[in-house]
Amino acid sequence: MKTVEDLKRLREQLQADNRIRHAAGTQIIVGMGTCGIAAGAREVLAAILDEIARLKIQDVNVTQTGCIGMCEQEVLVDVVKTDQPRISYGKVTADFVPTLISEHVINGRIVEERVIGKITK
Amino acid sequence: MKHIRSHVLVCGGTGCASSGSKKVMDVLREELEQKGLAPEVKLVETGCHGFCEMGPIMIIYPEGTFYCRVQPEDVAEIVDVHIYKGRIVNRLLYREPISHERIPNFEHMQFYKKQMRRILKNCGHINPEVIEEYIAAGGYAALGKALTEMNREQVVDEVKKSGLRGRGGAGFPTGLKWEFAKNAPGNQKYVVCNADEGDPGAFMDRSVLEGDPHRVLEGMAVCGYAMGASEGYIYCRAEYPLAIKRLNIAIKQAMDMGLLGDKIFGTDFSFHIKVKEGAGAFVCGEETALLASIEGKRGMPRPRPPFPAVSGLWGKPTNINNVETFANVPDIIVDGAAVYAAVGTEKSKGTKVFALTGKINNTGLAEVPMGISMREIIYEIGGGIPDNKKFKAVQIGGPSGGCLPEELLDLKIDYESLTAAGAMMGSGGLVVMDETTCMVDVARFFLNFTKSESCGKCTPCREGTKRMLEILTRITEGEGRDGDIELLESMAKTIKAASLCGLGQTAPNPVLSTLRYFRHEYEAHIKDKKCPAGACSKLSGYLITELCKGCGLCKKVCPVEAISGEIKGQHVIDQVKCIKCGACMAKCPFKAIIKG
Repeated sequence: MKTVEDLKRLREQLQADNRIRHAAGTQIIVGMGTCGIAAGAREVLAAILDEIARLKIQDVNVTQTGCIGMCEQEVLVDVVKTDQPRISYGKVTADFVPTLISEHVINGRIVEERVIGKITK
Repeated sequence: MKHIRSHVLVCGGTGCASSGSKKVMDVLREELEQKGLAPEVKLVETGCHGFCEMGPIMIIYPEGTFYCRVQPEDVAEIVDVHIYKGRIVNRLLYREPISHERIPNFEHMQFYKKQMRRILKNCGHINPEVIEEYIAAGGYAALGKALTEMNREQVVDEVKKSGLRGRGGAGFPTGLKWEFAKNAPGNQKYVVCNADEGDPGAFMDRSVLEGDPHRVLEGMAVCGYAMGASEGYIYCRAEYPLAIKRLNIAIKQAMDMGLLGDKIFGTDFSFHIKVKEGAGAFVCGEETALLASIEGKRGMPRPRPPFPAVSGLWGKPTNINNVETFANVPDIIVDGAAVYAAVGTEKSKGTKVFALTGKINNTGLAEVPMGISMREIIYEIGGGIPDNKKFKAVQIGGPSGGCLPEELLDLKIDYESLTAAGAMMGSGGLVVMDETTCMVDVARFFLNFTKSESCGKCTPCREGTKRMLEILTRITEGEGRDGDIELLESMAKTIKAASLCGLGQTAPNPVLSTLRYFRHEYEAHIKDKKCPAGACSKLSGYLITELCKGCGLCKKVCPVEAISGEIKGQHVIDQVKCIKCGACMAKCPFKAIIKG
């Protein structure tokens, strides 16, 4: 390291890696109840993680949740962007993940035909 | 490659390591591997969270879930339930001692909520063995700013304006100390970090060194720049092997990155740091004894002046600060003195880390703003006294400090208020005592410590502490005489006035402060041959009251057959045979046996 600017650049790059330990902008929540898992929630979750890594998306957290009672719609995936309602997608498969990520998470366009619910706070 | 969706932080501090965190880490690694979760979950071994009582501690992000007392056999459940399915393992959450509520997130725990973590900001949240984690948390920005935007006077001025005072105990203004060392003539100067933490119960310096070693290195480098020193020493006791290991790793990483070493950030400033291991003598925390020890001589103090700022290590101008003091420096430089000084009281600025131990629910490290009351620390952060016992006193400042009674619980803590109350800030050890603690015995305990640790160079300390200990011992054994209190007071005065260094000058403090606030306990021991707390075994015994139903359980449990009595009749204890083990009292179903 030669200059203070080098340090600053390195810091910014490193901060991205640890962002998970602070509140993030977008949350992706995968239904991981018994029903969700049986319907393939693990594969969906894995596909989401792959896609985020591939597109190098920052500022997004992936978490899980339990059964919300719509078992036949599993796998359920919710996307929550800052200051926007929570959007639930039903019957999500690994094939749909790239569309979901690029449309909703990156470009903010809700994929209406797959939405099964909106929760406003 | 997968996006890392979760970070699992496992504490690897000395406290958690001794309660088994290494094993937890190993099992966790295996379990994640087996379940195929390893590519999406990052394992981080951190430094101390300051809540060692609850260790091993694990925090899982992004939720920030705080699990305590995690055992290797809990790991499979955590992986299955939390990491795989995203549900919280309720039984491993922290439970508030008063409300009995389970708290999922550490930010909502009373213990952390009331704290203001500046020094300990990174402790438990970064991996101390990876310099990148410190840099990501803003590390070495202070050194960069000092070297490229400030001249040496400005750095000294900023530290002076911040109002930072020595966190090792005496509270001397740090900026002033730096200025003396800067203005002292000489080409070769030294920065020394005093990491010889020796007060019983105090472990804040160890936690900082283990949890955030780079913060201390950075503080030292800034100091080196300000005073014109190119070499630094960290004097750390060999009993802190983990701290020493992590310091050496940190120094190497900083050297490799060019953040220590020659021509830092392309400037003319070069700074090298060495770790010197001490053998753990308490007196080596005294600055002149510490310097002698670094030089390879016997660790004994010498008279001052000359002060180390003029003639210190190898006779060269030297500035010595303790670990916590240096750890304050990066924030002062980055945020500026005004922001730093906005916290605290008129004469004591910033925060102080206290080590809470003794009869308290939440044992651990609490960093609080100066000016907070003892009540807030003990009852809100500390969660109060266990077993519904009554608070009696808090011992602050270690063997040099004093005991404060209940009347002073609302005292706003700073350097001046504590000194006025007969205690001192010291390194910040807080030992809480309940109604079962005997204050004469406490004074005896601390005097026994200082007597053993006296280096023997000067007579008042060497002989005086020994004689005072003899008197205290005889009082606790019921052999106290009229005039003992006066004799203790007169000896205390002489030892304080005539001792060579801080060890002797402050050694009588525990006696003086207990005499000031708990004189009646001394009198009860000497005149009535009674220990009001029932702690001195030679002065207290067990009695069976008329609540006795004559069940005979006490008789059976007594190991020395001191109890006699017929079934359904009143039992009695033979006070001569009784060894005061307390087994009868613990066994009695009718609470008929009392101590007195």
